[in-house]
Amino acid sequence: MQTLTTTVAPGLTAEELRRYSRHLILPELGLEGQKKLKAASVLLVGAGGLGSPLALYLAAAGIGRLGLVDFDVVDESNLQRQVLHGTKDVGRSKLASARDRIYDINPHVEVDLYETQLTSENALDLIRPYDVVADGTDNFPTRYLVNDASVLTGTPNVYASIFRFDGQVSVFGTTDGPCYRCLYPEPPPPGLVPSCAEGGVLGVLPGIVGTLQATEVLKLVAGIGDLLVGRLLLVDALGMRFRTLKVRKNPDCPVCGTHPTVTELIDYQAFCGIPQAAAALKAETADVPEITVRQLKDRLDRGETPFLLDVRKPLEYDIANLNAPLIPVDELAARVDELADYRNREVIVYCRSGIRSAQAVKLLKAHGFTGAVNLKGGVLAWSDEIDPTMVKY
Amino acid sequence: MSTTQTLTDILIPTPLRAYTNNQARVAVAGDTVGAALNALVQHHPQLQHHLYAEGGVLRSFVNVYVNDEDIRYLDKEATRLRAGDELAIVPAIAGGRF
Repeated sequence: MQTLTTTVAPGLTAEELRRYSRHLILPELGLEGQKKLKAASVLLVGAGGLGSPLALYLAAAGIGRLGLVDFDVVDESNLQRQVLHGTKDVGRSKLASARDRIYDINPHVEVDLYETQLTSENALDLIRPYDVVADGTDNFPTRYLVNDASVLTGTPNVYASIFRFDGQVSVFGTTDGPCYRCLYPEPPPPGLVPSCAEGGVLGVLPGIVGTLQATEVLKLVAGIGDLLVGRLLLVDALGMRFRTLKVRKNPDCPVCGTHPTVTELIDYQAFCGIPQAAAALKAETADVPEITVRQLKDRLDRGETPFLLDVRKPLEYDIANLNAPLIPVDELAARVDELADYRNREVIVYCRSGIRSAQAVKLLKAHGFTGAVNLKGGVLAWSDEIDPTMVKY
Repeated sequence: MSTTQTLTDILIPTPLRAYTNNQARVAVAGDTVGAALNALVQHHPQLQHHLYAEGGVLRSFVNVYVNDEDIRYLDKEATRLRAGDELAIVPAIAGGRF
């Protein structure tokens, strides 16, 4: 009688075959596809909102090697969306938390940790060893840095970005495809950037968008399906609408065009106008009279009742406030007459961190308010130094 | 001579809906992209600053599409619009820290 012998495919153990069985029986993937996933290495820049679904699903899928770049520590406010981390991880490095979670999902994944900020000095060396880079960062300078480094090293860049309820996904950095600069040649100047009050995001959004990103990574590695090369997927979670736009490779692109002028990584902070904006802001608010939270507290303790003005948005006021009347800074010019009684009296203006309130003080002074003063550091400083029960956001 | 101007839907990205009374879609009249955007800004003047830089030039990080094509590869603001075309405004986004 013949004996049946079981042959295990080289490269995957019996345990792995059981683990990935639902992939193995997919005609488009199969054993060969799974071996491609195992042979692949992916660098995740950012282990936060987008990095969470990326890490979770790429580990589950059996990507052979995952590199993670992050220098942050898990904060309570991350848990609303960064599902890679849990309550027990608050205070731990995100990389440590991520590594533990990845190993729990799939011990076969090799994890490389880079507890550093991605910079022009290290980006090429960090990205080069990997087959794919997945950009999950939260600022423009790093977007352009990852983009340029991906093109210069010939590493495809699976891009995604989010803001409040919207997301974008595409695949850049392939030989014949466009790069991020083909889509957005110039970053927004920091002056137009929303303020502290506008950094909110629906918790599930990075989950949706990051999972779409992970999908493109898997398709890229396995060589299946139609990739978002030359296409930009727009996600509008509020309207629940998905839209695809064409992205053309720009022959004049300074990085990936026919005659590139950017052949080395540059200073991306300067490219995005950040030092200039910071200097301008400093100059603009330099001569604004201020009072510290300590000084204000001492005066309140002595029984004084100075007039306080809150210039934040109503949503912020609802979270925490110092019991002052509220006139949002962008409405102030139109509503100064409401403060007519205080034209020659002290008005202590505050906001979240002291920047909008400094601008408000300048505006009030320009309207003849001689006693306008800025509360240095805003409610954040109040929470840090005076009353820790005041919620920071 | 009377001409019926083309009516186009402009899709407004979430960050700018605060300036269009929270409408995600605004119908405007205009035969070209430039005319349609001007009409949009006339009705919702707070958009001016967000869409245009000094000198009335469209901001470089705000892309405009007619259906799925970037106007940079069509006729820019002179691109003619036909009935049923959709205009999408798509600013660059990067997450919470910029």
